[in-house]
Amino acid sequence: MTQSIASPDSTDQVALGAVGTAVEEAIAGRSLWQDAWRRLRRNKAAMISLILLISMLLLCFLGPLVAPYTFDQVDWDKVSTAPSLSDGHYFGTDAVGRDLFVRTLVGGQISLLVGVVATLVSLIIGIAWGATAGYKGGKTDAVMMRIVDIMYALPFMFLVILLMVMFGRNIVLIFVAIGAITWLDMARIVRGQTLSLRNKEFVEAAQAVGVRTRRIIARHIVPNLLGIVVVYVTLTIPRVILVESFLSFLGLGVQEPSTSWGALVNEGAREMETSWWTLAFPAGFLALTLFCFNFVGDGLRDALDPKDR
Amino acid sequence: MLKFAMKRLAAAVPTLLVLVTLAFFMMRLAPGGPFDLEKPLPAEVRANLDAAYGLDKPLVVQYGRYLYKAVQGDLSMSMGYPDRSVNELIGEAFPVSLRLGVSAMILAVLIGSLLGMIAALKQNSATDYSVMTVAMTGISIPNFVVAPLLILAFAVGLGWLPAGGWTGSWRDMVLPVIALALPQVAYVARIMRGSMIEVLRSNYLRTARAKGLPGHQVMLKHALKPAFLPVLSYLGPATAAIITGSVVMEQIFGIPGLGRFFVQGALNRDYTLVLGVVVFYGALIIAFNFLVDLLYSVLDPKVTAQ
Repeated sequence: MTQSIASPDSTDQVALGAVGTAVEEAIAGRSLWQDAWRRLRRNKAAMISLILLISMLLLCFLGPLVAPYTFDQVDWDKVSTAPSLSDGHYFGTDAVGRDLFVRTLVGGQISLLVGVVATLVSLIIGIAWGATAGYKGGKTDAVMMRIVDIMYALPFMFLVILLMVMFGRNIVLIFVAIGAITWLDMARIVRGQTLSLRNKEFVEAAQAVGVRTRRIIARHIVPNLLGIVVVYVTLTIPRVILVESFLSFLGLGVQEPSTSWGALVNEGAREMETSWWTLAFPAGFLALTLFCFNFVGDGLRDALDPKDR
Repeated sequence: MLKFAMKRLAAAVPTLLVLVTLAFFMMRLAPGGPFDLEKPLPAEVRANLDAAYGLDKPLVVQYGRYLYKAVQGDLSMSMGYPDRSVNELIGEAFPVSLRLGVSAMILAVLIGSLLGMIAALKQNSATDYSVMTVAMTGISIPNFVVAPLLILAFAVGLGWLPAGGWTGSWRDMVLPVIALALPQVAYVARIMRGSMIEVLRSNYLRTARAKGLPGHQVMLKHALKPAFLPVLSYLGPATAAIITGSVVMEQIFGIPGLGRFFVQGALNRDYTLVLGVVVFYGALIIAFNFLVDLLYSVLDPKVTAQ
C-alpha cells in the first residue's frame, strides 16, 4: 500500500511535467518534455519565431562588437543620413549623426535584458507566493490571495510612472517596478496549479514520511509547476518588454546616452516625417521580437497543455 | 444578489485605501518637491507656501488630512496650477479622456467580438488563421508604434485627418481611438474565439440545432450570450489598459486629457494633482470592475451561488 503511494503513478505525473522524477521517466522512455518538444517542432509558426528570436538575440549581443561604429559616437558630418550599405550606416543615422544600426542593437540588449531579468523577478516572487498560498490553503491562502486581488485592482502603471518620475530613472528600479506588476498573474496561476497538486498521492506520501512543508514545496510542488511556468515566462517577457518600452517612450525609462527600443521609437516618432528609418528600424525590431515571443509562448502552451492529451 | 453586491463593494474600500497610501508615501519619500525650483525661493516665501499647502506638518498629519478631505470628495488644491483645485482640473480634462476611452472600448468590443466569432465559426480555415495572425500582430505592436504610423499614413501621407491637436471634432478622435482600440480588439477577438469554440461544441447547442432551430437563431439566442461572458470579465483589465494607453495617446496626439495632466503633474512634482489623478482613476477602475461583476452575476447565476 505505502509502496504504491510512494511511487507516483505515471498518469498523474506526465500531465504536469515531472522534473523531480526524471529518472523514472527515462525508464518509461517518453518524458513530458520530449513530448512537448516533438509537438512544438510541428508548430511551424512557433519554430520560425524561435529561430528568429535566437538570431535576434545573437545579433543584438554580438552585432555591436563587429560594427564599425559605437552606439554613442556622434558624427556631425552625417546627420540624419538615409540607410546605405556603402558607408557602414546600414540603418542610417539619427538627428545627431549616431549610427542607428548599432543603436538599435544596443537598445535591443537593454530591452531584452529588462525583459528577462524583470520576468525572473516576477517569477521568483510569483512562485514563492502562489505555491505557499496554494499549498497551505485555508486562512493563509485566503489572506495571501486577498492581497493579490487588492493589488490586481490597482492601476499599477500609474504607480510605476510615479515611481520612475519620483526616484529618478535608474535601471534597477525598472526591474523592480515591472517585476512588481507582473508577479500577480504568476502567483495566481501557480496557486491554482498547486491546489490541484496538493492532493496528489506523491505529496501525501511525502507528508506521511514527515517531510517538512518548505521542503515539500521546493522538492515536489515547484518542479511540477515548471511546465505552466515556462509557458507564462515566455508570455511575460514580451509584456515586460512592452512596459519598459512604454516607459522609455514617455521618457521615463532608460536615459541618454543609454537607449532601448522604446526610447528609440520615441526619437524616431519625432523625426519620422523627414527620416522614416529612425522610426522604422527600432519599431520593426521591437514588434518582431514581441511577435515572436507571443508565438513561441502560444506554441509552448499548446505543446505543454495537459488538456490536449 | 444584494449580499454579493455588498461583499464586492466592501472589498473595494481596502483596495482604494492601499492605492492612496502607496501613492501618497511613494511621492513624499522621493527627493524634490513642487517648490524646489532651479532658483531657490526666498526662505519666507517658501515657508509661507509650505504653510499654505500644509507641507510644514508631519507627514502622517498630512496623510490624515488628505484622506479626511478625499473621503468627502475634495482632492485638495493643485500645487502646480495656482488657485485651481484638483477637482476642477479633473473636471476639465476628464471628459476629453472619457470620450476617447469610451469610443475605443466600444470599437474594441464590437469589432473584437465580431472577428472572434467569425474565426470561431470557421475554425481552422484560412479565415481563422488570418484573423488570428492579425490579432497577434495587434497584440505585438505597441500602440505607441501604431500611432506614429497612423499619423504618417493618414495625416502626413494622405492628409485625410489631422495629425494631432484637439478642437472637439470627431476628426481629431479617429486616429487616437483606432490606435488605442487596436490591441484591445486583438485581445477581445482571441478571447471571443476561444469561448465561442467551446460553446459551439456544447451539448445544449447541439440540442438547439437538433430541434431544428434556424442557424442564426441558434447563434443569437443560444451561443452569443455564454460566449460573451469571458469577454465581459475581460472588460475590467481592458479599461485599465485603455486608461494607461490614453496617457501615451494624449501625449502623441497633443490631446488635453487627464493622462497628459498626470505626466505633467508628475514631472512638476505637483503632489496633489498626481495623487488626485491616481485616486480618481483608481476609483474609476474599481467602480467599473464592480459593475462588470454585477453584470456578470446577472448573466451567469452560478457566480453568486458560490
